[in-house]
Amino acid sequence: MASFVRFTLDGKTCLAEEGAQLVAAAREAGVFIPTLCNYPGIPPKGACRICTVLVNGIPQTACTTKVAEDMNVATSTPELEAFRKSVVEILFAEGNHLCPSCERSGNCELQALAYRYRVTVSSFPYLFPKRDVEAWHPKLVKDHNRCIQCKRCIRGIHNAEGHAIFAFGKRGDKVVINIDPDTSKDIDDELAQRAMDICPVGAILRKGKGFDVPIGRRTYDRAPIGSEVRP
Amino acid sequence: MSAKAPKKIVATTSLAGCFGCHMSLLDIDERILDLIELVEFNKSPFDDIKTFTKECDIGLIEGGCCNDENVHVLTEFRKRCKVLVAVGECALMGGLPALRNVLPLKECLEEAYLNGPTVADGNPDKIIPHDPDLPKILNRVYPCHEVVKIDYFLPGCPPSADLIWDALVALVTGQELDPSYRSFKFD
Repeated sequence: MASFVRFTLDGKTCLAEEGAQLVAAAREAGVFIPTLCNYPGIPPKGACRICTVLVNGIPQTACTTKVAEDMNVATSTPELEAFRKSVVEILFAEGNHLCPSCERSGNCELQALAYRYRVTVSSFPYLFPKRDVEAWHPKLVKDHNRCIQCKRCIRGIHNAEGHAIFAFGKRGDKVVINIDPDTSKDIDDELAQRAMDICPVGAILRKGKGFDVPIGRRTYDRAPIGSEVRP
Repeated sequence: MSAKAPKKIVATTSLAGCFGCHMSLLDIDERILDLIELVEFNKSPFDDIKTFTKECDIGLIEGGCCNDENVHVLTEFRKRCKVLVAVGECALMGGLPALRNVLPLKECLEEAYLNGPTVADGNPDKIIPHDPDLPKILNRVYPCHEVVKIDYFLPGCPPSADLIWDALVALVTGQELDPSYRSFKFD
């Protein structure tokens, strides 16, 4: 039988299974901690920092933190909310995010977080980097303009032999996430769809398919991201 | 709202935009009858007043700055309007015209006038237009807030008629704008 730990979440005492990820434990307790690079079922990375919370007063990413006995967690101070808004603004300024022409618009987690934090323009200067769109793969398009380098695709998408079909090249601000031509050669439509779905933005798209949900019925058209989590 | 209160004066312009945001304002349907009770339009494509004839309370800017004429108009709006509102994706971050920002201007002009597939034999003298009467193209497309101080931003492509209406009513009546989730969208 799993053992439970007692911890404090925004002033409330909560229980969670020992070793539970803080993001998931908070969700169970009805508290939404926003995430971007985190995806249920794949190893957490702590890359995007948007899930930063205060653990015993110290900023820590909630996706890489395991709940422990007597832990005191604050998820939503004015400073944390301002910090999260800045993370969204940086990502919008750093890439080329042209929502009106993006197939993922309405289903995009980055855009949904911008709605949640009421981002209008980025506080940071738009960089307009020159990035490529790769369309050589028979089933997938990789649009580097929209990629936020969260690496969810690298961690979560593997072919039948268990090899990752995405890999990153270069380092630092030059980092690019590429489709591996060898390991992705024989992927089926189902895996291609999963690759598209695991991408939080519109950087991985399926060929020959899209715009199949009308405006007004897309994931984040009616209610903000996180509103499915209720206390 | 009292009909006796002096009407707020509104100016609008489309810089590097497609007039979609202006169309979206017209999409307020019958509320346009309320609008003309609340505001008077000055320089605007709606009434075809080409130059400012008085100081304005509210300036609505559609589109970013892609040439020196856009910069001139935007600077003039800043001088003549108490409150400046950037309306729509292009005014906020450059939008579709800003797709050229990743390329050097020379390459863009050569593609448009010399080497592009649609040029064909249409430009036998190989001229890139440079008449002094034509506005000078800027090195890249600039969001409005990178050129002048902008007071408020309305996102959307175009912003919904409801969002524009709510923003105008808030500005005219001096209320804080709290847009509904459904009207606050980027597409």
